[in-house]
Amino acid sequence: MINGLLWLLLCQLVGEVVVRTTGLPLPGPVLGMVILFALLQLRRPPREANVFRTSDALLKHLQLLFIPAGVGVITLLGVIGDHPLPLVGALLISWVAGLVTVGWLVTLLLGKAATR
Amino acid sequence: MSETLDWLRTSPLLGIFLTLLGYRLGLEVRRLSRDHALAQPVLIAIVFIGVALELLDVDYSDYSEGAGIIGFFLGPATVALAVPLHRQAHHLGRMFVPMLIALPVGAVVSIVTGVLAVRVLGGDRVLELTMAPKAATTPVSLAVSDTIGGLSSLTAVLAIVVGIIGAVAAPAVLTAARVRDRRARGLAIGAVSHGIGTSRALREDATEGAFSGLSMGITALLISALVPVVLHFL
Repeated sequence: MINGLLWLLLCQLVGEVVVRTTGLPLPGPVLGMVILFALLQLRRPPREANVFRTSDALLKHLQLLFIPAGVGVITLLGVIGDHPLPLVGALLISWVAGLVTVGWLVTLLLGKAATR
Repeated sequence: MSETLDWLRTSPLLGIFLTLLGYRLGLEVRRLSRDHALAQPVLIAIVFIGVALELLDVDYSDYSEGAGIIGFFLGPATVALAVPLHRQAHHLGRMFVPMLIALPVGAVVSIVTGVLAVRVLGGDRVLELTMAPKAATTPVSLAVSDTIGGLSSLTAVLAIVVGIIGAVAAPAVLTAARVRDRRARGLAIGAVSHGIGTSRALREDATEGAFSGLSMGITALLISALVPVVLHFL
């Protein structure tokens, strides 16, 4: 558990430092994800490795980690209430458009391979 | 007694406890509703905690004292998304070209439709700028919004809401649109509903979750690069 957490924090740390020093338009943890992915592909740790167990445990409860920011939304709901139509309407329209565009394009580009 | 209450309101203990309790309640409701799409633990927890803070007369800033400790783990959890991706790495070669085309197009569609829909529905330029980066994960959309002159705290709200919409409705919408391939579904969810959508995708299927996490990471990069360019033409 501790070793797994150390790997995750180390990758995030490197990601944050690189992003901050280079000014890359990317969140540190996302770069950390790329770094960890590269490490896993290179080192191929065994199935029962700590980093897998820790990651699986964290991702099982990924939703939990958004709750604090989500509660913050309540304090700002009033702003949405001031412009409900342009904000809520545009949000829904744009969300469906983006979702269906990516879904259809990938399906189209995968051709017959897209079956499952 | 009131002294104890004052201590409790400002102690991180209360924020952590309420967050876990709300989440636990959300999991329970999801189980009892047999996985109903609307029974998203994050949604139920937000409502529960909102009501609890109101009843206990606790400020959001006091609540976030403890809750922030939980929120901190969002960083390492994002790094951990490399693990499902590593397990799906054998798909990646085949997916390279589809991703190279679909994700940039998806990002442009998200930005353009967001801005134009705000305009058509009667919003002003500031609201257009606030809407433009909402498909990126919360910290990125907030930073982009700030740079281009949007209301960044409102953009963060839109990003969270669009994530919750994804967790609630994305699988049903994709099924209605006849997108069946798990990789395509995951890429689509991550492209519009970032981490909160990804948490639902991970629950639907391991492949779907892995591609959603990947898509969320790439989309964050694309949105921050493309928003200034696309806005130039709108």
